[in-house]
Amino acid sequence: MNSAHLLRLLVFPGLLYAIPAAWVFLWIERKAVARMQRRIGPPFLQPFFDFMKLLGKKTPPRPGVDGALMRAWPVLAAASAAGAVGLLPVLPRAGGFAGDLVLLLTLLELPSLFLIAAGFSSRSPFGQIGSAREAALGLATSAVFVTAVLGIATAQHTFQLEALVQAPTSLLRWLGIAAILLCVPAKLHVTPFSVANAEQELYAGALTEYAGPELALWELAHGLEWVALTGLVAALAAPPVASVWAAAGWWVGISLVVVLLLSVLAAATARVTVEQAVRFYWRAAAVVAVLAVSASWLLGAGS
Amino acid sequence: MNPWKRLVGGCRRRSPWLFHLNAGSCNGCDIELVACITPRYDVEQLGIKLEASPRHADILCVSGPVTRNTAQAIRTVYAQVCTPKAVVAIGSCPASTNVFAGSPTIEGPLSRHLPVDVFVPGCPPRPDAIIEGVARAVQILAERAEARPASPAEPGDGHETGKIADGGPR
Repeated sequence: MNSAHLLRLLVFPGLLYAIPAAWVFLWIERKAVARMQRRIGPPFLQPFFDFMKLLGKKTPPRPGVDGALMRAWPVLAAASAAGAVGLLPVLPRAGGFAGDLVLLLTLLELPSLFLIAAGFSSRSPFGQIGSAREAALGLATSAVFVTAVLGIATAQHTFQLEALVQAPTSLLRWLGIAAILLCVPAKLHVTPFSVANAEQELYAGALTEYAGPELALWELAHGLEWVALTGLVAALAAPPVASVWAAAGWWVGISLVVVLLLSVLAAATARVTVEQAVRFYWRAAAVVAVLAVSASWLLGAGS
Repeated sequence: MNPWKRLVGGCRRRSPWLFHLNAGSCNGCDIELVACITPRYDVEQLGIKLEASPRHADILCVSGPVTRNTAQAIRTVYAQVCTPKAVVAIGSCPASTNVFAGSPTIEGPLSRHLPVDVFVPGCPPRPDAIIEGVARAVQILAERAEARPASPAEPGDGHETGKIADGGPR
């Protein structure tokens, strides 16, 4: 690992940028939903207040549950989400390695797997139902998500993010971005696809038994997932520019637009059932993704 | 007080998360509590959130006169709320058992089971009154946390261990 990689992981777009950005994105979502409901909404620092307050709380004992395992899941989830942000090809000539797209896809998938594991290891019936729903939703979205990313990668004959982003934008890439955008609400548990953490319906889903600093880490991991997934869309959609500042500006700007779009979706819709969500992804969203991958493969074979 | 504790204490005042517990309420107070999160009252601007799990909450809001069936449940749920914590009794029922006083199926008032910090009277109380009660509970919560930062349980207190402050059913 050279210094450029370390800089990406720790400074921009990594931890130093990603953690404040996670809080800001969570705030924008809450504030935008509040404004659309004609409410005033939470103050700007609210996600930070929530995080710090949770750090100051004590966790009550959980008899019959493996404490070390329960403590490990949120740490792993936050770490993999932060790693995914650090891998995003934001700045021009930031470096990368062959196949880093595969690592990025894995790191984007892992927080969801850790959430499923956390729900089952909490041994709470609400946690287990939440985990089962998250698993069903994961099965539905992951196929579409990976197919869409593969479609974009096949068109450029590369699994390296840097080369992928620098390539000229085409209609095919926009098709792939559309399919990725369709998957983002389910991956971020945004209404109408908030079936896994369905609050008041499943208590708090997989996180029912979590408290204090562990819950704070889950909140942080969730915010980092927001930064990573909106950042992936932004990195693919941003026009290639030579200047470092312009590239960063485009990336942050498009990320914010995606966050606002997701907030509008959350405010405008009601929660669907698990069956409806799975049906939507396998019937509707899969069509876009398969179209993207088959078109890019056919065009690639023709050229 | 060191800066870290001052920071956490300041954040604690701005982020009270509630858990609502129905101890046999007629649903009147429950509706008024839910009215607090609607656009007219919008408690989210104070950082207040209605949480789904008692383990996430700071303040336990109890409505209802404490029926025999719920007496054990409220103690279990109270023990699940992480310290520092506070209890708000919403409505006249948890304060005095209201019109159910003397009933053989009622084990209230609430103060026999939990150390109540704030009583919000009314049948049902207005949302404004509930918000004021929660705001007072936030003050009590912050002062309690500052007075005894993360120390082990003090005898006869009940706040740290979740045990019953007032001897339970007599």
